[in-house]
Amino acid sequence: MKIIEVIQNVLEANETIARRNQQLLDKRRVFALNIMSAPGAGKTSLILQTLTRLKGRLNVAVIEGDVASTVDAEKVQSEATAVVQINTRNMPESCSLMAAMIESALKDMPLDNIDLLLIENVGNLICPSEFTLGEHKRVVISSLPEGDDKPIKYPLIFIDADAVIINKMDLLPYVDFDIATFRHSVEGLNPKSEVFQLSCKTSEGIERWCSWVLEQAETNAAKR
Amino acid sequence: MIHQMHEFGITENIVNIALAKTNEAQASKVIQINLVIGEMSGFTPDCIQFYFDSLSKDTIAQGAVLHFELVPAQLRCRNCSTIFKPQDTLWSCPKCEGQSVEISKGRELYIESMGVE
Repeated sequence: MKIIEVIQNVLEANETIARRNQQLLDKRRVFALNIMSAPGAGKTSLILQTLTRLKGRLNVAVIEGDVASTVDAEKVQSEATAVVQINTRNMPESCSLMAAMIESALKDMPLDNIDLLLIENVGNLICPSEFTLGEHKRVVISSLPEGDDKPIKYPLIFIDADAVIINKMDLLPYVDFDIATFRHSVEGLNPKSEVFQLSCKTSEGIERWCSWVLEQAETNAAKR
Repeated sequence: MIHQMHEFGITENIVNIALAKTNEAQASKVIQINLVIGEMSGFTPDCIQFYFDSLSKDTIAQGAVLHFELVPAQLRCRNCSTIFKPQDTLWSCPKCEGQSVEISKGRELYIESMGVE
């Protein structure tokens, strides 16, 4: 037996496609967010709120990576410029979106008419942290019923986030969630991340989130 | 539809790299693949092995032994630069008790070397 040295990153194939996706998005002037969370934390609700608020200001498209249904895509269909649902495309179901799935979804999108692309990842706090998709910014949502220990239990996804959202703030009186503890853990892991406290149900805090999205999209467009 | 864990795509990459490197080395069989995998990475060796057995079937990598070298997690304190091992989920610096830390080791996933014939 002969031993050969390899030293090759196994994630490189995904990263190569992700870079290609980002180049395509940059060329067509599309700003992309990868939205990640546990199931039920409010990815779709945040997308719906963002679509409503940014209507008339940005053309927004959505890629839905939900595992089992088209319910999410139907909900956003009426508000978005374009919606592509990944799991209807004969792809095997997966616990995370990967760059190749986005590459294929982008082929069906009118990119010249899109300013902002919201990518709803599969509900999962572990797997999506390993795969970049070509997004410009990574967003993680935690909701109050999940508890304030999620950054400690699932550090990777928080370490790479550009924005962390605490959703369902309207439930604060009813749950044992210490905002300061949560924010302290996030700041420890990732001092550069923005933290937003909001409620998709009452719309509290949505305005500040949407201002950040607009500002990031503009900053990104100016760089090109 | 078949449900797949994210190790599936990763294992496809492992098989593809192994086949290409074996070809480059003008060898005809993959005997072993030595992988380095971080303790903090989201990948499970058993799961990679499971997919490898089916993905390598009928290729020159069929039957190859996967060897996993696990890299323990190592953290670095952003305050005082102390390097330490995380204790369960408690990530505070043993020296200054600071909780602003970064992962310095434990996220890797790469093929280090291979045995071919």
